[in-house]
Amino acid sequence: MDAVKDTLTGPIFKNNPIALQILGICSALAVTSSLKVTLVMCIALTLVTAFSNLFISSIRHHIPGSIRIIVQMTIIASLVILVDEVLKAVAYDISKQLSVFVGLIITNCIVMGRAEAYAMKNPPVASFMDGIGNGLGYSVVLIFVAVIRELFGAGKLFGFEILPLVTEGGWYNPNGLLLLPPSAFFIIGLFIWILRSADAKQVEEPDFRMAKHTVAEEGV
Amino acid sequence: MSSNDGIGKILGVALALCIVCSVIVSTAAVVLKPAQEANKSLDRKRNILQAAGMLEEGRSVEEQFSVVEERFVDLQSGQFTDAVSAGYDQRAAAKDPAQSRDVPSDEDIAKVGRQASVAQVYLVRGDGGDYEKIILPVHGYGLWSTLYGFLALESDANTVAGLGFYDHGETPGLGGEVDNPRWKALWPGKKVYRGGEVELALKKGAVDPASKDANWSVDGLSGATLTSRGVTNLIDFWLGDSGFAPFLENLRNGEA
Repeated sequence: MDAVKDTLTGPIFKNNPIALQILGICSALAVTSSLKVTLVMCIALTLVTAFSNLFISSIRHHIPGSIRIIVQMTIIASLVILVDEVLKAVAYDISKQLSVFVGLIITNCIVMGRAEAYAMKNPPVASFMDGIGNGLGYSVVLIFVAVIRELFGAGKLFGFEILPLVTEGGWYNPNGLLLLPPSAFFIIGLFIWILRSADAKQVEEPDFRMAKHTVAEEGV
Repeated sequence: MSSNDGIGKILGVALALCIVCSVIVSTAAVVLKPAQEANKSLDRKRNILQAAGMLEEGRSVEEQFSVVEERFVDLQSGQFTDAVSAGYDQRAAAKDPAQSRDVPSDEDIAKVGRQASVAQVYLVRGDGGDYEKIILPVHGYGLWSTLYGFLALESDANTVAGLGFYDHGETPGLGGEVDNPRWKALWPGKKVYRGGEVELALKKGAVDPASKDANWSVDGLSGATLTSRGVTNLIDFWLGDSGFAPFLENLRNGEA
C-alpha cells in the first residue's frame, strides 16, 4: 500500500515532472494565463498520462522492442484525439481557447517520458497510479503559475474580479508581462528555487566548477 | 523479450494496435460529431447576436436567433444571390479558387489574400418588414493574426450597431482588448460613410466628443498600434468598394 502511495504522491513535490525532471515546460508556458483553461489542461493531461500508462503497461510484454516508441505514440495519440473530441463536444469555449495545445499533449514529454521510463517496466495498476501522480505534479506547478498570472496579470481568478483594475475604475494596475508566455519562465524558475531550498536533495551536482580567477604574475 | 522481435510478431502487434486505435478514434469522432456541430453553430449565432447588441443573457440563443435571416450576397454585383445554399461556409469558399478571387495587393489593405465571391450576411427585419439591422462578416490582419468578426449596421446602412471579433490571436491585454466590452461599447452610433467614402477609423488616444470627426472616430487601443491599424483597415476594406459598399448601396435604394 505504501508503494502505491509513494508512486502517487512522490511526483507531486519530491520528484515533480516539471520542477525536477524539467519535462513539459512548453505547455506550462502557453496555457497558464487563465486558471479555468489551466485546470482543463491539467485534467486532460492527467487522464492521458494515466490511461496511456495503463494501456502500455498492460501490453508491455507483447510490445516488440524495435517499434516500442511508435506503439506508445499510437496509444497516446489516440487518447489525445479522444480527449480533444470530447472537449469539442462538451466544453466548446474552453477547447477553442486551448486550441492546439490539447493536440500537443501528444508531444508532451511527461506522457512519453512516463510511458517509456515507468509503464514499460511496471504492472498496470502501479503505472496508472504513476500517471495520475505525475499528472498531479504537473497540475500543481501549472495551477501555481496560473494563479499568479491571472491574479496579478488580469486581477481575476476563474474570470471573477478579485483586484479591481484601474481601467475598470478600481485601484489595481495590472502587470501586463504576466499575461505573456515568458512570465511563466520566471514563475516556474521561482517555483523550482523555492522547492529546492525546501528540499536540498533536489539540488543537482554542478556539471563543472568555475576555476579560481588567476592573476597573471609571470612575464609581466 | 526476444520472442517479441520476430517479423511476424512485430507486424501482428502493429496491425492489431492500429485497428483497435482507429476503431476507438473513429467511433468517438462519429458519435460526437452532432454535438460538436451544434456547438459550432451555436457559437456563431451567439457571436452574431452579440455583434448586433441583441444578445440577452438568460434566453436561449436559438430562440433569439430566430428573428435573424441568413442571406447570401454576390459581392461584385451587390445583389442577393441564390447561387449557394444553406451550409455555405464563406471562410472555406475563400480558399477555393472557383469560388473566390485573388485580391490585388494594392487593393488588399486588410491583407485578406483571397476573397470569397459570395458573402453570408445576416438581416434582422423589423415589424414593418424593413431591415432593422444588417450584420456583415469582416476579417483582416492585425499584428499577429487575422481577426474574424461581425460588424452590425443600423437600417440606414451607415450607423454602426456593434462590432465583435470571435477569432483572433492578438496579444492579451494589448491588441486582445478588441474583446473588451468597454471598448466595444464605443462603437454603436458611429457613422461609416462621409461623402460616399469610408471615414470610420480608430484614432490615437481618446476621441474628443466635441470634435467634428467624433462621429467617424473610435478610440484606438493603447499599446496596440498595429492591431488598431488592422481594425481600421478591415473596416475600410469590407465597407469599401471591394467589400459590401455595392450591396449596402443597393439596399439603401431598395434594389438588392
